[in-house]
This record gives sequence, C-alpha cells and structure tokens, in this order.
Amino acid sequence: MTTAATDTEAPPQAGRTQRSERPSTLALLLNNRLAAAGLVILGVIVATALAAPILPLDDPNATNPAGRLAPLFSEGHILGTDALGRDTLSRLIWGARVSLAVGFSASVIAAVVGSAIGLVAGYAGGRTDQIMMRLIDMLMAFPYILLALAIVAILGPGLINALYAIAIVNVPFFARNIRGITIGLARREFVDAARLSGKGPLRILASDILPNVLPTIVITLSTTVGWMILETAGLSFLGLGAQPPQADLGSMLGEGRKVLFTAPTISLVPGLMIFLIVMSINLIGDGIRDVLDPRLRSGALARPSFRTAILPDRARPASTIDPAATLDVKNLETQFRMGSEVYRAAGGIDLRIARGECLGLVGESGSGKSVTAMSLMGLVPSPPGVIAGGLIGFKGEDLADAPDKRIRELRGGAVSHVFQDPLATLHPLFPVGDQLVEAIRAHQRIGKSEAETKAKDLLALVRIPNPEARMKALPHELSGGLRQRVSIAMALANDPELIIADEPTTALDVTVQAQVLRLMDDLRRERDAAVLFITHDFGVVSEICERVAVMYAGRIVETGRTDEILKEPAHPYTRMLIDCVPIMGEPERRLDAVPGRPPPVNRLPPGCAFADRCPRAQADCRSGDIPLEKKRGSLEARCLHPLQPGESLT
Amino acid sequence: MTAIIAKRLLAAIPVLVGLSVIVFLMIALIPGDPATAILGSYATPENVARLNADLGLDKTLPQQYLAWISSVLQGDFGRSYALNRPVIDIVLERFSATLLLAGAALILATIFGLLAGIVSAVRQFGLADKTITLVVLIGISVPSFWLGLILILFFAVRIQLFPASGMVAIYGGGGPLDILHHLVLPAVTLAVVATGVIARLTRTAMLEVLRQDYIRTARAKGLSERRVIYRHAFMAALVSVIPVIGIQAGFVLGGAVYIETVFQWPGVGAMLVNAISQRDILLVQGGVLVVAASYVLFNLAADVCQTLLDPRLK
Repeated sequence: MTTAATDTEAPPQAGRTQRSERPSTLALLLNNRLAAAGLVILGVIVATALAAPILPLDDPNATNPAGRLAPLFSEGHILGTDALGRDTLSRLIWGARVSLAVGFSASVIAAVVGSAIGLVAGYAGGRTDQIMMRLIDMLMAFPYILLALAIVAILGPGLINALYAIAIVNVPFFARNIRGITIGLARREFVDAARLSGKGPLRILASDILPNVLPTIVITLSTTVGWMILETAGLSFLGLGAQPPQADLGSMLGEGRKVLFTAPTISLVPGLMIFLIVMSINLIGDGIRDVLDPRLRSGALARPSFRTAILPDRARPASTIDPAATLDVKNLETQFRMGSEVYRAAGGIDLRIARGECLGLVGESGSGKSVTAMSLMGLVPSPPGVIAGGLIGFKGEDLADAPDKRIRELRGGAVSHVFQDPLATLHPLFPVGDQLVEAIRAHQRIGKSEAETKAKDLLALVRIPNPEARMKALPHELSGGLRQRVSIAMALANDPELIIADEPTTALDVTVQAQVLRLMDDLRRERDAAVLFITHDFGVVSEICERVAVMYAGRIVETGRTDEILKEPAHPYTRMLIDCVPIMGEPERRLDAVPGRPPPVNRLPPGCAFADRCPRAQADCRSGDIPLEKKRGSLEARCLHPLQPGESLT
Repeated sequence: MTAIIAKRLLAAIPVLVGLSVIVFLMIALIPGDPATAILGSYATPENVARLNADLGLDKTLPQQYLAWISSVLQGDFGRSYALNRPVIDIVLERFSATLLLAGAALILATIFGLLAGIVSAVRQFGLADKTITLVVLIGISVPSFWLGLILILFFAVRIQLFPASGMVAIYGGGGPLDILHHLVLPAVTLAVVATGVIARLTRTAMLEVLRQDYIRTARAKGLSERRVIYRHAFMAALVSVIPVIGIQAGFVLGGAVYIETVFQWPGVGAMLVNAISQRDILLVQGGVLVVAASYVLFNLAADVCQTLLDPRLK
C-alpha cells in the first residue's frame, strides 16, 4: 500500500524494462533500502534471541530484592533491574525469544490451516466452498481482538492458548486470499491437463496449484506476522497470555506498568523491542509486496501530473509557426522514459490544420497517434511522458512554451477533447448534467441556473431526446451512443476552435457510429471548428476528414487529401491499412489487420521502420533517414519505393 | 434510501444469527462442566445443579440455543456470578463508555487518515509523501498499549496537560468538558493504527483513481487541479475507502481492550479482561455479543453510505 514510495532509490517506473533485464526478487528486495534495513534489524534481534542460552547473561528469573529498580547503565545491569531485582537486559532477550517463537508459531499455524481451507474451498467450489466461506465470514464478522479474547475465555488464560487464539483469528485472511487465487487457477488448462492425466485432487492441489499460490501465501504472511506478534504480546500485556514466572515482552510490559511512574524504563524497554520487531517485519513485508506485486513494480501507480513534462532544453526546429493555421505542429517529439529506456512514441511530427478543416490521424494501435494528439494540450501522463522537442502552434502561439495557467484556460475552452470510451471518460459518480454545467462554468462566468439552461440546450443540440430528464442521469444509466453524445456536448460547451477527437466512435456499434459521425460533421461545419480526428479505421476517415496523416512507429509516413490517399496511396503501409476496411457485399475480403507487428519505439531500426513488414522492401530501405517527400498531387510519403498509380501491392 | 437500508438489514440477519451461534457455543466449548466453569471452583453443589438446570444442559444443543436466544432477545443475558448483577446491566453501562472512546478514535482516524492519504498521493514521491509514509509505517507498527504509556508519561506526568486515567475527575467531574479532557489521550492512542491503515489505503485509492480516464477528462475540461483532486478524484476514492473505515471500526472496538486497560477507561474491553481472568463466562459472553453485534451494524452503516455515494451499486 505504501507502494514504491518506500523505495527511495529507484524511480517508480524502473521495473518496466524488458523482461530479461528484470533483476531477481532478492536483489530487488535488497535494493529497497527500507526493506534491507528491516532485514538487518530483524536479523540482529532473531540472532540475539536464538543465542540467548550461550550469551553471558544473568539468570532472567534470579531475584535480588536488594538491587531492585536499578536505573539504566547501572554496574552489571546495563538496562537496570525490575521490581524484583531481575536483570532487564537478560529478561528482554529471553522475553523476545518467547515472543518471537509464539508469534512465528501462530503465523505458521494460521498460514497452514488458512491456506488449506482456501485451497480446498477454491478447488472444490460449489457447496463445499459456500459452507466453508460462510464459516470464515462468520469469524470475520467479529472485531479482530474480541474474537481472540472469546477464545482465550473458553480455553483459559495462558501463553499456548493465546497462541491458538491469535492463530485462529488470522486463519480467515489466509483462507480468503488463497481461495481467491485458487478459484482462478482451478479453471486453467494446466489443471485440466493434470485432471485428465488421472491425478487425484489432493495431488493436483499439492503439485500443480500450491506452487502457484505460494507467492500469495508469502505476501499474506509477510503482512500478518507483525500483527500476530503484536497481538500475542498484547494478550500477555493484558495478563491473558504468558503467566509468571514465564515472561514474554508483553507480560514484561504489563508487569512494568505497575511501577510506571517510579521506573518507566522497565515497561518502556520491552515495548520498544516489540515496536522494533513489528516495524522491521512490516518493512520487509512492504518490500516483499512491492517486489511480488507486478502492478506496483511496473510503476503503474505513478500519479500523472497536471500537464505533460516539457524538457526545458527541448529541441526547437528552425522554422516558425504559421499564425494563420488553427493548429501548426512542428517536429513534435514525445517520449516515454522508463528507467534508462527512452521510447519515442511521437518522433518528430508535423501537423497542420486550417480553420474549419478536419484532419484524420490514422494508424494501428501503438503507432503514436493518441500520444501525438494528447501531447498538444499536455494530457500525456507524466511520469513517464516527456515532451522532448518541437513546437505546438495554436493560432500562432507555441503551447509548449505557454504557462500552466494559459493551458488550463485553453483546455475545454478554445481546444476541447472527445475521448474513446465515454463510460470510462465520464465521471461515474456525477450526473451528466452536473458534468456539463461544470465544463461550462470552468470557462464562463455565469450562474448555476443559467449554466443548466445552456447544458440542456447543448444536450438538445447533440440530439439527445428529453434533455431535461437526461441531465440527472448517471453515465452508466445511458446507452453508449447517448454517452458519446454527452461527451460531444461537453466538447462543444465553450465554442471550441479546435476539437481533438481520439477514436470517438470506436466503442460504439456501427449504426450509432454512423449517427455520431454525421453529428460531429454537421456541428463542425456549423461552427467552423477545426478537428483532429484520430482513428485506426479508414472507413471512418472517408466519411469525415478532408485530409489524412498516416502514422507508423511514431512518425508520419504519408499525408495528403483523403480522396487521393484512399484511391491511390503511395506508401505500402497505407495501402495495407485501406485494404483492412470491410466493404459491403464483399464478405470474403480479408479483414485481418496488417500482418506482423511494428518495431518497439525504443529500438527503431535504421531506415524505414516498416521495412520488415513491407513486401516491397529493398536493401536501401534499411539505412539512413528516409524523409517525408512529395510524391504526386497532394501526397507526401516517407518511402523510397512508393506505389505508382494503378500499381497493386504484390 | 429506506429500501436500501431494509435490504442491507435483511442481509445482516444471517450474520447476526451466525454470530449468536458462535457466542452461544462459547459455553458448550468450555472444557469440563460449564456450570462449574461459570460459578468458579468454590461453587456449592446445589448452585451448580441449579445453574445446570437453568442453562438447560439436559436438553439438546439446538434446544439450548433456542432457549438462550429467546431470553437474550428479551434482554436476559444471565447473571454475573462475580459481580452478582444482571449481565445486561453491566454490559450496557460499560458499552456507552466504549462507544464514546471508539467513536472518537474512529472520527479522528477517518479525518487524519483521509487527509494524510490525499496529501501523500498528491505529493507522490515528494518530501511530504515520504514523511507521511514513514510516520504511517511507525503508526501501524507501534504497540498501542506501549504508546499509551508513553503518552501518559509525557502528557499526564511531565507536562500535566491531560489526566492519566479514568473517564471523569474524582472530585466535581462528570461534565462534558471533563469527559472530553479525559477522552483526548485514550482516543488519540486508539486512533493511531486506524489512521495509518486508512492513510495507506486512501493513498493507494487516490493514485488508482488519478490514473483513470475520467480524471483526464476533468483536466481536459480545464478544471483547476484543486477541483480535479478534491472533487473528482477524492469522491471516487472515497467509495473504496469507506468499507475500509467500516473494517477499521472492528479494529478500533477490539483495540479498545488495550486502551481501556492502560487508561482505566470504564468500558467493555477492560470489563472483558477482568471477566476472563475471573472466569466470569456469562459476562464475557454478553460483552462479546453486544460488541460484535454493534460491529455488524456499523459495517452495515458503512455499506449503506457506500451505496449512497456510488449509485452504480444499487
């Protein structure tokens, strides 16, 4: 839960490199300074406790009424003596021995019993699972320590009974966690295979499932051992655990309390020891969880900031921005920096959109088209995103140089966005009307009721029936098409001059898709707004865009007027993308995507990035930088052997 | 709203029944003769025989349970042999003190846990985050009974700001301010662990939510970071933190056992510890049942809150 923040050394995203470069679990654990410190502290304490019989210590139970309540650093008693004149240091070490033994034993019992219940319930399923889990739920319905008290009340006070009580109350944690994992595993192919090979359930559990749930058992153990040591000490402190003359850290603390005001150290010292033990275990536990939980390791939990980071010394192209264009992007480079790896998701992009024009940005997933579009308003998550170079011209102003305040002003104002999946992009807990009103009032100084009227008008504008009633609807109560209309209404709220639409119709079914496209096209013409339309689908492009830019591996490989590109593209990649579009009445047409995969953008080959998948590739395609050049008509392509008019791919 | 509450109440009934069965079984599970265990080893044979008949030990277990639960539902939990008073009277008297202590601790833990979690998430990897993470780690590792002693030594003995023990001053005490004065140290001590747990989970929940697409939408709308974080992100994170607060109520009610012992707070926890030492089983049974049932009801309340906040759960 503290995630990588306990890890002060490595940046959070350091782990997300190549699989083969991943360091071992132990190395990662030691890399985590706090976890390593925990290991050292716990190691020293455990070693000292184990060595208690051979250390030159006084008899922990030898009383000496004459030397009672000696202070710290007395002659012969470094930590002083207690109310009966017993040596505190000796009692501390022997007491730690008892506490550690009891705590670890309770943990092992809880882990074994709980895991066994979880394995059986998860594997058997059905009635067995139901009954077992109901019983576990019953145990969890009790406040944690109260159940331990009830068990001690039944069994009677004593150290062993306290041990059982703590073990029992921790069984449910293991049972639940292990059952969850086992249920998933029991349906997997390798378990089916084992079953078919005639193995019995017990053997399958032991040889096929147990090894896979072991990490979960370790994580659960590492997060509960600390508690269990703490709680057994607590029961002893209450006088319900260790009984005199036997002493653990908890009972020492409880006894010392009687002389708290005259000799506070007698109770404070064993308490400090409990604290050190529990804290070191928790440090190790956090470290183990960080290492074993791949989601935390990948740094996925890093918080994106307000705006994409921009390198202060970013590369600036020599050319200047055209103030006449609504959008004029020059040589934009956006990178993802993960540890020592640099992924050039957008590697030198030029885009130009005139007022009222619609430009389609097309490419496979991972081609960098969304990153390019999200870079414009600084919406690429940072970390790990960084804008490393280029100019982002908006009506003559370079947005990469604009202060945060200006960016906030433009966002949702002059520049608005429509995103792909409106179920994920609208806030799930707020009514859509409120979200619209919020968008309006972020940019217009008007009262709430006036904004509500405007919101209703906007809903009507995007042809949502009965806007009055829909205002109060939550996103999940609307259909996909209606939700996307709400997003579009939100994008239109403050009369934008540029709309950035990132796959706005991809999540919709075909008829709704057509309606939404028509709506966007109408509204754009009505309001004379420029649109950057991102899609992977040439079918959509042909309906709405005047010009197209095709992206591959972070660069634009072809651009030109839509009709020309659709008819006779110059770049082989564009041809292959166009061939993916289904055509009515040609059911046998191949619909699979372009075969092969694009190269990773942190290891781009020299020359053309598409060469490995290109049927026309020749030796000269694999060296040097291939420029984006004018080929014919409005077409520009990054290709040495472009398709000629009428030429087919093969 | 009423429908939701009614539905959750119905769902809580089997849990309460199961709970009562387990608590009932406490007596049956005691090794040896229950009546002797309840009355102590000095009990006269006549008393043992009479209690055996009262408990209906000659009947089957289900019959015993029905007889027991019907008297419990009428408020009859039996008599404490050690205090020679009806169990229900003692438990209710003590329970109000525990509720006050646990309630105060839970409120403190919720406020400071949420605050610390948000700050930690917003300043992720910054100095504030690292400091909070470290303090939280110390908070969830520190034995509360030890921390209580330290606080007593400092605040009650050294600077004499708060009283060391009890709920009211011996002379002229009992007013609300006096009780509040006594409440500070035990409530703070009890809140420490729960604050840590809530802070940790809030941080994770906030980081989880801040990565969501709808936060990007909120930013794309041009909202201020303050509004993005405290309205859009926090409301969504709260939905997943509320059940945790419900669970923490259980830890706080349980942890009250230590704190009541350390601060001699006259609650159920301290009563239970004494009752266990004196083998006053009926009193233990009554105390456990009341606290556990209140915990179930508290979780139910958390559940209802969560449903109200997140309409998708309806």
